[in-house]
Amino acid sequence: MPGRSRTQRPDSKHVMFPGAVKSAFSYKMRFEQPSTYPALPTYRVVDQNGAVVDPDFVPDLSDEEVIKLYRDMLTMSIMDLIMFDAQRQGRLSFYMVSAGEEAVSVGTASALAKEDVVFCQYREQGVFKQRGFTLNDFMNQLFANQKDPGKGRNMPVHYGSRELNIHTISSPLATQLPQASGAAYALKIQRMQDPSIPPRVVAAYFGEGAASEGDFHAALNIAATRSCPVIFICRNNGYAISTPTLEQYRGDGIASRGLGYGIETIRVDGNDFWAVREAMKKARELALQDGGKPVLIEAMTYRVSHHSTSDDSFAYRAKVEVEDWKRRDNPIARLRKWMEAKGCWDENKEKEARESIRRDVLKAFSEAEREKKPPIRTMFEDVYEELTPDLRKQMKELKSQIERYPEEYDLGEFEGGKESLDK
Amino acid sequence: MAGTSIRTLSRVLTRGSSLASSTPALVSSRRQYSSHPPNARLNLPTDYSTTPLLAHSSQSALSNPELPPEARNGTTKRMNLFQAVNDALSIALAEDESVLIFGEDVAFGGVFRCTGKLAETYGGARVFNTPLTEQGIMGFAIGVAAEGMRPVAEIQFADYVYPAFDQLVNEAAKFRYRDGACGRSAGGLTVRMPCGGVGHGALYHSQSPESLFTHIPGLRVIMPRSPLQAKGLLLSAIRSNDPCVFMEPKILYRAAVEQVPTAAYTLPLSKAEVLKEGSNVTIVSYGQPLYKCMAALKQAEHDFGISVELIDLRTIYPWDKETVFQSVRKTGRCLVVHEAMINAGVGAEVAAAIQEDPETFIRLEAPVARVAGWSIHTPLLYEAFNAPDVARIYDNLKKVLEY
Repeated sequence: MPGRSRTQRPDSKHVMFPGAVKSAFSYKMRFEQPSTYPALPTYRVVDQNGAVVDPDFVPDLSDEEVIKLYRDMLTMSIMDLIMFDAQRQGRLSFYMVSAGEEAVSVGTASALAKEDVVFCQYREQGVFKQRGFTLNDFMNQLFANQKDPGKGRNMPVHYGSRELNIHTISSPLATQLPQASGAAYALKIQRMQDPSIPPRVVAAYFGEGAASEGDFHAALNIAATRSCPVIFICRNNGYAISTPTLEQYRGDGIASRGLGYGIETIRVDGNDFWAVREAMKKARELALQDGGKPVLIEAMTYRVSHHSTSDDSFAYRAKVEVEDWKRRDNPIARLRKWMEAKGCWDENKEKEARESIRRDVLKAFSEAEREKKPPIRTMFEDVYEELTPDLRKQMKELKSQIERYPEEYDLGEFEGGKESLDK
Repeated sequence: MAGTSIRTLSRVLTRGSSLASSTPALVSSRRQYSSHPPNARLNLPTDYSTTPLLAHSSQSALSNPELPPEARNGTTKRMNLFQAVNDALSIALAEDESVLIFGEDVAFGGVFRCTGKLAETYGGARVFNTPLTEQGIMGFAIGVAAEGMRPVAEIQFADYVYPAFDQLVNEAAKFRYRDGACGRSAGGLTVRMPCGGVGHGALYHSQSPESLFTHIPGLRVIMPRSPLQAKGLLLSAIRSNDPCVFMEPKILYRAAVEQVPTAAYTLPLSKAEVLKEGSNVTIVSYGQPLYKCMAALKQAEHDFGISVELIDLRTIYPWDKETVFQSVRKTGRCLVVHEAMINAGVGAEVAAAIQEDPETFIRLEAPVARVAGWSIHTPLLYEAFNAPDVARIYDNLKKVLEY
């Protein structure tokens, strides 16, 4: 059924098709050339040298608050190095680092409220850290021990936290995006139904590769049509595993697509903590205006690291390219320069911070590594709200198998051994 | 997914002859799509007005022992299946403000009229159209459910659910499992979709893809046989804390009419129902083929002097094995009937479970037989030869008995 019916005067200068109500008639046939449009600008507050380039910029955080966020970024980069090596030593099955992208996750998260709901892709450990995930929380998940809320079911780096309102990470790319639109719609309706609930937004993270998935298109379109208070944050880091952006898309990045969906959009320098934070603050404000609406942020970064521990990126990009990037620009170094210029940070504090973070990471590491694994019965639980008769039967069958072939199964690590399968 | 013309076409799909009657000039001989061979004894059109599978009187509707007392002591109303679905949706919206209903063309009532008047009554914020994107609808619904609400998403035709498959399989089904101790889930989600043949739906308006979902732990897959069942099962699905795939045999939307209790009531999920007791052979089926089964077994009982037990699975996964096992232990013979393709279908699962259960296996007098769609797509002209019909069910009953 069409929407409101539209009539058109015979001498109208504008098309009144229901699908394009403000389009003027043109008597010149011309195909639009994307290349004739200038690329969308990249918003920046602080340059590579830590110097403020936005004359209107006034930092809204105390020195202590900036230092806390800086330490969050530093913690991620130190944890990443340690865990990458730990995986290489075979102490952990898999890991993903976020080197070069710390400002995007920590900067955006710093502008959210605690009640806001977050959907991550998988390279946003900074969001978890900023919102209060502890090193123990990270390590318990990475080692899938009995303290891991994921109950040993998920690969490493698939963190989740109900307390922090971050949904558990799912490997399939972009599936989180239409979910984020739906979640944002739920938040909006819940506030309509109960005005005592504070206004909330959803933040949804993804990479530029994920933006090729149908779910990305679906998510932005449905968020726009249903006016959902959701902020889509694209980490455009130049690579989807090995595929460079030139083979991922044509057109002006991901930001240009936001306009096509009728969504307010900004491109920011993702290595600039302050630009990311300022853009996110404004985005949150916009998302809550007019009864709610989506906003798109495209944060330009460079994936300094390999895609994951299963990837050797020097098979598809030159080491010198990576070294150049590291030398030229780095979000942590940039914020550090800004802090040093402001006089709230120096070499000594840096050294001290690095040492204490490293100690804390290693401590959490060894504690988590020592923990037992969850009971094996958890493999059957949470498929349904209640165990089904089939699942109870299968648990019994597994227990009987283990009892009859005790040499074939190693249950030593699992809390409660095979007895956990009783009940 | 479907183009406009297809969707316009779909609106007349369940109205049988309305296309033909509105355009007589295009039709040389006014052959009815529901015609049957002149001398047929078995493959006669289903007479929904007399079938014992529908409650033709208030009394028979209210005597259903599964109904709660408040429904049994209440009134009934004559409804077809789309009206019963609409009634359930309306009750759900009225009793729980966390229920939202959306999908393609849902606001004006849906192409099958299941959501008629709901947007007017409950407001456009809770009942609304989505853009044409099945994956978007499903992802959106999962997000709504993940924030504690009870979305009822509509996929316009089961034939178009495949873009949403990833969201259903990797997200809805796994959400609770993945979240572990965090305890969030997509359990509030119900996804409704019309399925099955209507005589002229061809490749993309006839499919019955339930077995793709019955393979997925975490989902509950439900298919009602009648308006009374549809209302109670749909309310159960909406209230269930597991994500439910609710498949509505679209041929029954208008064809199946019965007395439906007006009260709010639920019917149990994962519980089969013995529709007719018998002692010589068990037929296990669900959805529309149950009507064919009933016709076939009546004739077989008459011709062979036997009695046949008929079971409606209702929830196809996780399904009620005990009821089926108990029946087959009694009859020793079993026939599984479904419309979807036979390969890796629900029949395979039921037959395997029967022979796997030692106490049931030992009672088997004949191999478990299956009557289902052939391992082909759903072609326009050949539906009568593809979907299980009364004659094939009758013949297989005979084979199972004669083994």
